[in-house]
Amino acid sequence: MKELRLMKGNEAIAEAAIRAGVDGYFGYPITPQSEVLEYLMAEQPEKRTGMVVLQAESEVAAINMVYGGAGAGKKVMTSSSSPGISLKQEGITYIAGAELPCLIVNVVRGGPGLGTIQPAQSDYFQSTKGGGHGDYRLIVLAPASVQEMYDFVGLAFELAFKYRNPALILSDGAIGQMMEKVEISDQKPRWTNEEIKKMFPWATTGKTPDRPHNIITSLDLDPNKQEKFNHKLQAKYKEIEKNEVRFEEIQTKDAEYLFVAYGTSSRICQKSIQLARAKGIKVGLLRPLTLFPFPSARLFELSKQVKGILTVEMSAGQMIEDVKLAVRCSIPVEHYGRMGGIIPSPEEVVTALEQKFL
Amino acid sequence: MAENSINKDIVKEENLVFKKTGLFTDKPLSYCPGCGHGTAHRLVLETIEEMGIQSETIGIAPVGCSVLAYEFMDIDMQQAAHGRAPALATAIKRLYPEKFVFTYQGDGDLAAIGTAETIHACNRGENITIIFINNGIYGMTGGQMAPTTLPGMKSSTSPYGRDIQSMGNPLKITELVAQLPGTYFVSRQAVHTPAAVRKAKKAIKTAFENQKLKKGLSFVEIVSNCNSGWKMEPVQANQWMVDNMFPFYPLGDIKVPAEQ
Ligand SMILES: Cc1ncc(C[n+]2csc(CCOP(=O)(O)OP(=O)(O)O)c2C)c(N)n1
Ligand code: SF4
Ligand SMILES: [Mg+2]
Repeated sequence: MKELRLMKGNEAIAEAAIRAGVDGYFGYPITPQSEVLEYLMAEQPEKRTGMVVLQAESEVAAINMVYGGAGAGKKVMTSSSSPGISLKQEGITYIAGAELPCLIVNVVRGGPGLGTIQPAQSDYFQSTKGGGHGDYRLIVLAPASVQEMYDFVGLAFELAFKYRNPALILSDGAIGQMMEKVEISDQKPRWTNEEIKKMFPWATTGKTPDRPHNIITSLDLDPNKQEKFNHKLQAKYKEIEKNEVRFEEIQTKDAEYLFVAYGTSSRICQKSIQLARAKGIKVGLLRPLTLFPFPSARLFELSKQVKGILTVEMSAGQMIEDVKLAVRCSIPVEHYGRMGGIIPSPEEVVTALEQKFL
Repeated sequence: MAENSINKDIVKEENLVFKKTGLFTDKPLSYCPGCGHGTAHRLVLETIEEMGIQSETIGIAPVGCSVLAYEFMDIDMQQAAHGRAPALATAIKRLYPEKFVFTYQGDGDLAAIGTAETIHACNRGENITIIFINNGIYGMTGGQMAPTTLPGMKSSTSPYGRDIQSMGNPLKITELVAQLPGTYFVSRQAVHTPAAVRKAKKAIKTAFENQKLKKGLSFVEIVSNCNSGWKMEPVQANQWMVDNMFPFYPLGDIKVPAEQ
């Protein structure tokens, strides 16, 4: 029998980190994700697995601690919410530029600026298009339940190490704060320093006579080499797009209309499907689990089947741009969303569908 | 034959007065002739070599003229964003408590953009070594005013001299971190004369050896020249440093543990 627990989304992130054999967590308090750090501090994972937990002096410091740990081959992560994630962008672009694996969790709140502490999905552009300076991408996972908050921690690290690329869990205040049943996985052992040396020969573990010294950097002053490196990065992102697209479909078989939504919005859409179908409107849902890579190919296929797509986002409409690109403007794509920390009701979404398409 | 012409009687270990530090790579240093960075590098590398800890040492160099330190030091190294080296070092040391971890930072890096990371790493008593090269200027970007630029000192962004009223005071960050309970050893040295080099070497070695004690952070400032940024010839720059920098940044140990 698997262990079941009732947990907050943020707590699930923290427990999953311990169970995934994470070596270090570096964070800074911000609502609505402070429970990640609070849970870890209360749990004292240094006694359970030897995991290091540190409250940094800022999000800037926290992400740079992640950069240091990742460069040394350790499994390290941080979490924050929107304003803190903005501060982390400097470190994130260095980590991407140095091709290091790590996990960043964003429990999104409304913006811009200090905005609100209520849930939002307005950090989609920042998460999927780079966020900091330079041509880089993060692997972006979008959980829609507390269970997925838990499961995606392990998945994010798996992908991050597979591609030597930072991964980001793009959650929101609702999923971070809600409590649900979670199936807890078994404890994975942390990698030993010897294993790290073998698995990650690039890591700064101390120069030994059997190899040249290891350098972790994102700097190359030679434009030709820098361009070559950028091509290498782009090739890696293509590879990720080829291999790692994940999504879920609900009632798309006979659908004439399609919702595209992730995270909290996708849960609203599930109820909206019931309400719309009761009215005779055949609507389904495509829910991306990965926002980068984006399920563009499947959306293009579906565009040949459905008459219109409504993206539902807790933002002014950000993912809609990727949906439009995916369907190549072959069918109408409309957006419905609320902002400022307001979660749309299922009824509102159905009304929007009717107004825009029927 | 060059080899045959070597006088074996002269080339004996006991006659050897100088050689390249083993932990320098073969890449030529990119520093301006006369710059103190090269000597400071050498002292760090000599220390690591003498302690036999190359395989246990991880260095972090953020941006500044020494951004390419990793090209010259035959050490596993990470390049950090401007000011963030103490954060990287914090994590690496906590994840590898048995390793030796050091940062090598300029004054713009450590005392302006990285002030928060510096003070908090010091205050937490991270068990690392910070080597702080204070040349009173932003060398790498072409001689702009630094947090350590002296009152009245000219730079490309204080072309009429640093005006305290409008530009603020120079920051004596070394005295500041010495106040924090987390620092174990704080010293200010220079590398412009053989005597100064010997003292600086001693301070750097102490700062590395202290990591074994796990009693807090060791911080060594090297007051150095930047002949290019100061627009002086090397000898003139050293003299200017003696006449102007040392009175403001006096050399010597600032915080020494009672046991030492
Ligand atoms: C975020 C950021 N801001 C600015 C710079 C540009 N920059 C590079 S080095 C430097 C100043 C370095 O001065 P210092 O730390 O004193 O080192 P020095 O070159 O004098 O040894 C600046 C401002 C940068 N690389 N990154
Ligand atoms: S610019 Fe100044 S600090 Fe930089 S290498 Fe030249 S003399 Fe040294
Ligand atoms: Mg300087």
